[in-house]
Amino acid sequence: MISDKNIIFDNIHGFNSSDINSCTKRGDWSNTKSLISKGAEWIINEVKSSELRGRGGAGFPTGLKWSFMPKEKNKPHYIVINADESEPGTCKDREIMRNEPHKLIEGILLAGYAMQANHGFIYIRGEFVQEAKALDKAINEAYDKGYIGKNACKTGYSFDITLHRGAGAYICGEETALLESLEGKKGQPRLKPPFPANAGLYGCPTTVSNVETVAVVPTILRRGADWFSSIGNKNNTGTKLFCISGHVNSPCVVEEEMGITLKELLEVHAGGVTGGWDNLLAVIPGGSSTPLIPASVCEDIVMDFDSLKNVGTGLGTAGVIVMDKSTDIVKAIWRLSKFYKHESCGQCTPCREGTGWVMRSMEKLIHGNADIRDIDILKNVCDQIEGHTICALGDAAAWPVQGLIKHFRYEIENRISNYKVLKVAE
Amino acid sequence: MSIRRPAANDLQPKSFIFNKINTKEVDKILSKYPKEKKASALLPLLDLAQRQHDNWVPTAAMQCISEILSIPLIKVLEVATFYTMFNLEPVGKNLLQVCTTTPCWLRGSDDIVSTCRNKLGIDFGETSKDNNFTLLEVECLGACSNAPMVQINDDFYEDLDSDSMLKIIEDLQNGNKPKPGPQSKRFGSEPIYKKAKLK
Repeated sequence: MISDKNIIFDNIHGFNSSDINSCTKRGDWSNTKSLISKGAEWIINEVKSSELRGRGGAGFPTGLKWSFMPKEKNKPHYIVINADESEPGTCKDREIMRNEPHKLIEGILLAGYAMQANHGFIYIRGEFVQEAKALDKAINEAYDKGYIGKNACKTGYSFDITLHRGAGAYICGEETALLESLEGKKGQPRLKPPFPANAGLYGCPTTVSNVETVAVVPTILRRGADWFSSIGNKNNTGTKLFCISGHVNSPCVVEEEMGITLKELLEVHAGGVTGGWDNLLAVIPGGSSTPLIPASVCEDIVMDFDSLKNVGTGLGTAGVIVMDKSTDIVKAIWRLSKFYKHESCGQCTPCREGTGWVMRSMEKLIHGNADIRDIDILKNVCDQIEGHTICALGDAAAWPVQGLIKHFRYEIENRISNYKVLKVAE
Repeated sequence: MSIRRPAANDLQPKSFIFNKINTKEVDKILSKYPKEKKASALLPLLDLAQRQHDNWVPTAAMQCISEILSIPLIKVLEVATFYTMFNLEPVGKNLLQVCTTTPCWLRGSDDIVSTCRNKLGIDFGETSKDNNFTLLEVECLGACSNAPMVQINDDFYEDLDSDSMLKIIEDLQNGNKPKPGPQSKRFGSEPIYKKAKLK
């Protein structure tokens, strides 16, 4: 369990003020100038050796990603913050933006400086109107204090931040769709390569990073990469915000060490599973895109990227959705299929057509109005979507259903045979 | 994907221009983006137009924006129909959006939906006769640890149950603005219990 001295986001629940004076009292902006004076290379190396992995879902090593930016500057460089938090089960960046905005803003300056960017954009989901207001206020405060803008933190470096609100499209959380949207177009993902580090926003070198990833960087640089990497397990280091939702006695957002067990996370922070641990049916560990794990796996599973990958799921955004035994598990996953059908951008045929197909098949399975072979057809369709689309939304739509079939096939088969019995009886 | 089209012609106003205050706001928005990349301001301008025009975007506003940004009308139309936050036809004074995605559903969004339907006498996609409410079903709004929740215009109402939902609707019907945020005893997304010890 995390000790108080290792907590990065000490105001994550907003009990204290988020204005700049309160934030500086808590340590933000305290020695930004000296961190910058250590140089871009030092910043990137520190982030690399902290073994920080991206908090937006994919878990790519952050320092490595930042080092992909060209060293020579022929065009403007940009840093773009992905604040389009829309993955069902995920509500952590929202807390950072409204309660710890200066950690994010300072992180953007440091990351931007490390990548020779003079302009950062924050792409926040449109529905977060109040969060955007809070962040806008914080950005203006940082300008007024001279922490950003011309001669940011008196370093001679010029750095601007623009807050850009989205308008209700889950797909804009995909980094290239986000860039398209920022350019004033439909949010449809781009083919890669070229990767954004070579041709991103306005065709210029760009790095897109998640809010939480960037917001922990100032603390890493202050306390040292060794401190961060000493928390958690090898290759899965540091602390992480977990968003716990669903059937627990006390849903919450909480910072914990990577590598905490799921059981400890739920029992210690979330008041336990409703009806007790034995009443647990399944957990979606990392936001809707990650396949569910049944209670038997939950017993001693560790919450980090590699451990969850080993059991066929993922840490994703660490949006933990808990389902107790009262849950209609097929309906719960059908609702996610409906989500992906709604959010498909329509660009690639397997996803545009497949997500609707999957949703309709799942709807039949809720009541069991299908044949046993339909389960295999459904699995086959999911396998055909996965890996055959420009972006990962297709994969994300397939994984929950594949996970359901893998772990709860007996449940679906029971429904089908019960439905048949009922029909005969009628 | 969902199919979204502009409202019928008889609902469309003949013209649209930004009012005085918003014209200044347009300049402010444009100044945030590189000069030769004006198109980046498209989403903010559509949002501004929607706020000026009773919370929906008529095609005349799209025309106006396409001229400001020097981009073809079809591009503006494409964007306005792609993003679900742009209302393409008139909506009620209170746009009540109920999240029903799995995390909210697990915590009883069905009850919230039926409370809204019964109290307002309208279904998803409909507007009440007094034009006070439009009810919509929406996908995850990103407040899952405070589920179930609804968004009404710019505000989130969280930790709901049937009673608190009913009270919010009644407040709005009486012309009062209910307090946004968690409707439980919580301040935000903190746990209601103190840290427990692992058994």
